[in-house]
Amino acid sequence: MYNFDVEKPTSIADAVKALSRDEAQPLSGGQTLIPTLKARLAMPSVLVSLSGISEMRGVRLADDGRLCIGGGTVHRTVAQEAETHYPGLASLAARIGDPAVRNRGTIGGSVANNDPSACYPAGVLASGATIVTNSREIEADNFFQGMFSTALEEGEIVTEVKFPIPEKARYEKFIQPASRFPLVAAFVAKFNDGVRVAVTGASENGVFRWTEAETALSADFSAKALEGLKLDGGSMISDLHGSGTYRAHLVGVMTKRAVLGLI
Amino acid sequence: MPKDGGIGASSKRREDIRFLTGEGNYTDDINLRGQAYVFFLRSDIAHGTLNSVDTSAAESMPGVVKIFTGADFTEVGSIPCGWQITDKHGEVMQEPRHPVLAFGKVRHVGEPIAAVVAETLGQARDAAEAIEVDISELPAVIDMKQAVKEGAPKVHDDLTSNLCYDWGFVEENKAAVDKAFEDAHHVTTLELVNNRLVANPMEPRVAVGDYARGTGDHTLYTTSQNPHVIRLLMGAFVLGIPEHKLRVVAPDVGGGFGTKIFHYQEEAFCTFAAKACNRPVKWTSSRSEAFMSDAHGRDHVTKIQMALDADNNFTALRTDTYANMGAYLSTFAPSVPTWLHGTLMAGNYKTPLIYVNVKAVFTNTVPVDAYRGAGRPEATYQLERLVDKCAHELGVDPIALRRQNFITEFPYATPVAVEYDTGDYIATMDKLEEIADIAGFEARRKESEAKGKLRGFGVNCYIEACGIAPSNLVGQLGARAGLYESATVRVNATGGLVVMTGSHSHGQGHETAFPQVIAEMIGIDESMIEIVHGDTANTPMGMGTYGSRSLAVGGSAMVRATEKIIAKAKKIASHLLEASEGDIELKDGAFSVAGTDKSVAWGDVTLAAYVPHNYPLEDIEPGLEETAFYDPSNFTYPSGAYACEVELDPETGHVTIERFAAADDFGNIVNPMIVSGQVHGGIAQGIGQALMENCAYDSDGQLLSASYMDYAMPRASDLPFYTVDHSCQTPCTHNPLGVKGCGEAGAIGSPPAVVNAVLDAMRSGGKNVDHIDMPVTPQRVWAAMNG
Ligand SMILES: Cc1cc2nc3c(=O)[nH]c(=O)nc-3n(C[C@H](O)[C@H](O)[C@H](O)COP(=O)(O)OP(=O)(O)OC[C@H]3O[C@@H](n4cnc5c(N)ncnc54)[C@H](O)[C@@H]3O)c2cc1C
Repeated sequence: MYNFDVEKPTSIADAVKALSRDEAQPLSGGQTLIPTLKARLAMPSVLVSLSGISEMRGVRLADDGRLCIGGGTVHRTVAQEAETHYPGLASLAARIGDPAVRNRGTIGGSVANNDPSACYPAGVLASGATIVTNSREIEADNFFQGMFSTALEEGEIVTEVKFPIPEKARYEKFIQPASRFPLVAAFVAKFNDGVRVAVTGASENGVFRWTEAETALSADFSAKALEGLKLDGGSMISDLHGSGTYRAHLVGVMTKRAVLGLI
Repeated sequence: MPKDGGIGASSKRREDIRFLTGEGNYTDDINLRGQAYVFFLRSDIAHGTLNSVDTSAAESMPGVVKIFTGADFTEVGSIPCGWQITDKHGEVMQEPRHPVLAFGKVRHVGEPIAAVVAETLGQARDAAEAIEVDISELPAVIDMKQAVKEGAPKVHDDLTSNLCYDWGFVEENKAAVDKAFEDAHHVTTLELVNNRLVANPMEPRVAVGDYARGTGDHTLYTTSQNPHVIRLLMGAFVLGIPEHKLRVVAPDVGGGFGTKIFHYQEEAFCTFAAKACNRPVKWTSSRSEAFMSDAHGRDHVTKIQMALDADNNFTALRTDTYANMGAYLSTFAPSVPTWLHGTLMAGNYKTPLIYVNVKAVFTNTVPVDAYRGAGRPEATYQLERLVDKCAHELGVDPIALRRQNFITEFPYATPVAVEYDTGDYIATMDKLEEIADIAGFEARRKESEAKGKLRGFGVNCYIEACGIAPSNLVGQLGARAGLYESATVRVNATGGLVVMTGSHSHGQGHETAFPQVIAEMIGIDESMIEIVHGDTANTPMGMGTYGSRSLAVGGSAMVRATEKIIAKAKKIASHLLEASEGDIELKDGAFSVAGTDKSVAWGDVTLAAYVPHNYPLEDIEPGLEETAFYDPSNFTYPSGAYACEVELDPETGHVTIERFAAADDFGNIVNPMIVSGQVHGGIAQGIGQALMENCAYDSDGQLLSASYMDYAMPRASDLPFYTVDHSCQTPCTHNPLGVKGCGEAGAIGSPPAVVNAVLDAMRSGGKNVDHIDMPVTPQRVWAAMNG
């Protein structure tokens, strides 16, 4: 690690102010950022810890029926508190990392980081959620902009994520054996007006919607509807753990299993 | 009734109290007054000419004490190799110089180029970033077969090629073996890879060097499995410090698995720098450094062939192996693919003719050396995969084919130079068939199939050799060390004992098991006995712990010393009891005169030894302390049979281990619980190797699996509850305890069973695949299923 200052604001407004300092960076659970700092791959001069901001924590059902999760809410809380209203999402949170990671890592940190193999982006995109920041609201479809890249501006904080609750939803995760992040995972959300399918771990461009599968499943919500649908492995991540072809195949299997789990 | 003490009791591990409550004293817990920290600047290039290392900007950085480069070590010895192999032409192996810090060239990613000693680790690291290193990159040599081709870039310019040695064993048998293949009724051929592994002990390596200017004494605290070996290698060969001026302490060590046997540059550096800087110097490896600086394990590429007659008897075996040495020769590297591998190729079978060829190759990778099992897992894996393949080619039952070819008479002299003293391979196979519930397999397969899964069953046998010995033989084979063990048993006046052993415990539970032996011999409580190990200042010269040798060799030395104690104590007792020495019996902690009710307690005798008021001073010295060195006459040969049951998801290729059974013959057993624990851990590592662990390099020599993000370790959730049994016992005939060693068996015996089971599952799904390389990852299984 290089040396840095730490600020610990207690309100979003103070955090925004602190983030205006030169080379400032938000710190949430630190489950991604701290290892990066230890490896000296980042050199912020100020870390603005968001974990003392109570208005950014918690899971609540809003009047419009959406499930609103504070950006600073840890995975474990989501796993427990989203269970009644949105079990598909709670189950996603319950399978991130290990207990230590789930007790510290946050939804805001996860979506802001947009790791191409992270779990939350799939849940957020498939749900058609809205990412709320200190200054605006961004639709999930516009938020994730490729590997480790989002619509967030410098110093902008994810304060909340608002999830429309689907009729039913399921997350199927095939783990990469070393990191236990998804090698490939699919989140299938069935709303009364259609189905959304988001895939993580597979594409060089990060999380994406599998539109062919969405169309097919919206017309006929069955495993059979997916038969014959194929993704191109050529544009997918290819590494030690899985070739692009294998990943493309797994996307099909995970999507099918999610559907089978819902009918 | 299970015993509650002594040999055969499952005494609880007393050392666990301190380990589990955070009271252990590991090397990193040692902090000396005035201590400085070293950070090693390591090469991120696999192969290149080191044009210059400019430290001028770094020297003036805050906190810097001193910066060292390869030029500071040109007068210092090479990191030595402890074993010299003579090749099939009678020539000695090629042995490159191994500098403390790279000089002239860098030869693998992770090789230390410069070392910054500073007040804090952060300052050392900051300064290291200011060092300007100029390297002209050269093509890297990674693939072993490419490395030995004409014209391949050379890892060491002063060697004739990248071939370290070309070993033939037994060379005189080669013609007869080839002839047997010509005459064979059937020949089975298999080509396979034994994947490179990173040992990953929980505690990374640490070294703290200290120097006392007033006395000229050096001390090195280090995470070692054998502090005396480090003292000898580093003192005599690298730094030129005589043993009496060098103390090496290996306190609590958090796992070794072989990778902490070896003498590493960082140890020599900290010892050297402590004197040069006149203050203690500490290095604690980060996990990332461990991946690129701890010696790796395995990494063989093999072609193996079996010849059979018309009745399916094995008539001859031959193998061709390429063994990766990495960029330099680590301490015992040359011995692993030769004497610890070639000598085991008979396995459990009476194959009359065997020829083993091993080409050891230098590549631009981290040095490779012994890892749990060392050579024996490589031998077992290829042989037991081959036998399975034979059975399928011939359409016979794999267990029946094994049974038919088992060695049944002991002692048995193999055609690969070793003599098995005892064993009963039929008994362990019978036991395995029982505990693995083979009878119930078909029903379980149906259950899996009902869930859309495939189920497979695989077995293998193994034989291994522990307690490598005797010294005069290993000396002829090229060992540059003796392989005895030592113990001093000190009895105190009030009857308690301290055993100072040359063995080292880094998870094995010696502090519990060794006292059980003495408690049994004297008939006293285990709590009266304490084990001291890991410090050259207070233990006799010993060779340490590896190759499952501690109880068989170190325990035997302790028994011999205790026998001397008992003999002397009997003399004292005979004096106290006014009886003749020959009539004195020791039982339950008391000496009695045979056939009478006269007796004297253990504690009275020990007190008399130190308060010799009523004592035969004219005949014997006071005191009760004895030392023994024990040099075994042979290896010990544990053996067993393992079975694995897997479930395979044909859609994803994902394999889960559903059942695992192990029937081992370890000879006599001192602590069954500790033995089970050793087998459990070994199986976990064997399953890790078979299913997920893979140390991979790209063609430029970059380590692809350089952290836990990409190097998969087995976790509890990947493993089933094992069924382990060690009731089959054919005691070793040549050590006083009749014990054989159990530390490596699990890692040796498990990988082939896993792979055999996976292939069986695939066959049951209609996919006949001859072989699949480890690790059997989902991607590989899926590709094989769809290939
Ligand atoms: C062992 C391990 C296993 C893991 N397994 C998984 C897994 O299976 N699936 C998975 O999805 N993830 C996994 N993770 C990652 C984990 O979910 C992290 O918690 C998450 O990616 C980042 O959240 P964080 O709160 O820790 O963010 P931090 O590490 O604190 O920050 C991450 C990045 O986001 C920025 N940031 C943080 N909070 C905000 C915010 N509110 N607004 C804007 N920017 C912000 C930071 O500046 C930083 O750049 C794992 C991590 C570990 C260590």
